[in-house]
Amino acid sequence: MSAKQKQASKAAKGLEFEGRSYDVETLHAMHDSMLFIRRFEEKAGQMYGLKKIGGFCHLCNGQEAVCVGMEHASQPTDYMLTSYRDHGHILARGSDPTAVMAELLGRTGGIVKGKGGSMHMFDIEKNFAGGNGIVGEQVPIGLGFGFSSWYRDDGRVTMCIMGDGGVNQGGVYESFNMAALWKLPIVFVIENNQYAMGTSLNRASAETHLFKRGISFKIPGMQVDGMDVLAVEKHMGEALEHARSGEGPILVEAVTYRYRGHSMSDPATYRTREEVDEWRTGRDPIARLQQQMIEAGLATEEHFKDKDKQIKKEVTAVAKAAEAQPEPDPSELWTDVYSDPIDGAYPYPGKVG
Amino acid sequence: MSKITYREALNQAMCEEMERDDSVFLMGEEVAEYNGAYKVSQGMLDKFGPKRVIDTPITELGFAGLGVGAAMAGLKPIVEFMTWNFAILALDQIVNAAAKMKYMSGGQYGVPMVFRGAGGSAARVGSQHSQALENWMANVPGLKVVMPSNPADAKGLLKSAIRDNDTVCFIENEINYGDVGEVPDGEYVIPLGKADVKRAGNDVTIVAHSRMTGFALAAAEELAGQGIDAEVIDPRTIRPLDEATILASVAKTNRCVVVEEGWRFSGIGAEISARIMEKGFDDLDAPVARVTGKDVPMAYAANLERMTLPSVAEIVEAARVVSNRA
Repeated sequence: MSAKQKQASKAAKGLEFEGRSYDVETLHAMHDSMLFIRRFEEKAGQMYGLKKIGGFCHLCNGQEAVCVGMEHASQPTDYMLTSYRDHGHILARGSDPTAVMAELLGRTGGIVKGKGGSMHMFDIEKNFAGGNGIVGEQVPIGLGFGFSSWYRDDGRVTMCIMGDGGVNQGGVYESFNMAALWKLPIVFVIENNQYAMGTSLNRASAETHLFKRGISFKIPGMQVDGMDVLAVEKHMGEALEHARSGEGPILVEAVTYRYRGHSMSDPATYRTREEVDEWRTGRDPIARLQQQMIEAGLATEEHFKDKDKQIKKEVTAVAKAAEAQPEPDPSELWTDVYSDPIDGAYPYPGKVG
Repeated sequence: MSKITYREALNQAMCEEMERDDSVFLMGEEVAEYNGAYKVSQGMLDKFGPKRVIDTPITELGFAGLGVGAAMAGLKPIVEFMTWNFAILALDQIVNAAAKMKYMSGGQYGVPMVFRGAGGSAARVGSQHSQALENWMANVPGLKVVMPSNPADAKGLLKSAIRDNDTVCFIENEINYGDVGEVPDGEYVIPLGKADVKRAGNDVTIVAHSRMTGFALAAAEELAGQGIDAEVIDPRTIRPLDEATILASVAKTNRCVVVEEGWRFSGIGAEISARIMEKGFDDLDAPVARVTGKDVPMAYAANLERMTLPSVAEIVEAARVVSNRA
């Protein structure tokens, strides 16, 4: 076999990104996961429009490559924490989509029993620790997860995710300092979708190269294309290895874009149609991977069309199953406040007088 | 039994629990090499090493959050605030994370940890370092709030707090650190949520916690000289409150004074008074009286500081008022 043939046969089995090979099964898995998240979020948007989902609901359409690339690079035992834009991450981790949708709908089978909603998704089985609603709050908490791995020497790494807004909170830098001081196994991931609610990065940050934000703590940083799932996977893999090897924390800035507003009530008038279109049609992570796979002869356009239909059906079924569930039992109001509910823990059990 | 100080009792509690359970560690500013700003952690670094007794940078929000995360991951952190005044910087982690995590994760993630340190008024340190904030913490479902008034309680309650599977705000008192008392050696635990009758009496109930328990006992001595037999109850745990013990006492004395160092507005006294009104109204022969810190920030000058704090004389006066002896 000539070198050229070898290359062709190698290419036919998968894709390469900067020297890292991805076999066809992995590529399909990453694609399907991203597409599932996209369709799930669209369904959530619809359900919100129908007033079936209440309150705040932050969708991650456009950011799927970050969710999926990170998940594929990590071990199931690694910890993951994020902010309130959490649907994509928990779905990528492999949590039950019906439970996630039921949570959005405030149903009994919700992943946190209907007590958290969109912003507070948790799955302890998947080592997914929220779903934290106060901007930046998850970073000191993630520091604690990393600390626990250092304390127990359990080989786990914590992926602590924040946005370009959250990275300006003071607690983030307190955490950077301690993580570096004690060489804790943490990958700080900044999902830079370029807008903190309606405030663009350059209006809020003196240093807009967010991967440099760890420099004064001696935390190395790298910027990755967050619209390319292979780039995210590859570099997250390197970052996780760095943290796991005892080298201490590392910072990964994934540059991405959210197609929808900050939350469902945000018409996103602070950016131009052209800008959104440029990202949406020019850099979409799902279309990009499909294109790469088709060009490499790993799949056909037909296949992706069928897959999309199938996923849409799955998501519809998920929504239907979730909606069919009852609301939480009223008795749930009084559970899970304390682990050790001692006498008098509930002095006011919902009665008048 | 040994005669030891309040700070030594706290130290003993932590050391015993750390020997008992490898997942317990102590973290805070100056807790290790300096042996504690108030010497509560004296000798612990030598005993347990730098992995379990950890000096932090001055970053209350950060290390409070570290404790929350470590507790969610299965460790049992003791996070020391040099004083509770500085815990205000960490309130997001205490109120929004620690207290709510169990509920908002649908029971999946508990936060079994202790936030501890000195609360209440110190001496001549001005308004930012002298205040009682226990009512802030006690207002939040999901938190437990514990405040020992003497060395034995300090040991027994701290051991229980460390073993507890919820987040416990353990508020010590700086002025009490040097108090000496009889403390049981070795295993000695006091269940959380149980008040203690510090002095039995029949004429009037005085409810007082932390440093004010001592003031209430001194007032009871004076009242005894005036023919009023006061019962002094120390709730010890502010949340959950052992209302049964308080109500039983009021059912006997029919009169009650509630004492606290903190501000009157929405204070612990307001809560206790309301409970007595709601559940013991028919037992009362007089309205419940509150003796509290004055509604001003703490001043530096010695006379102003004295005036701001509740005094034994004010407690005596309040007891006389509710006893129709004023």
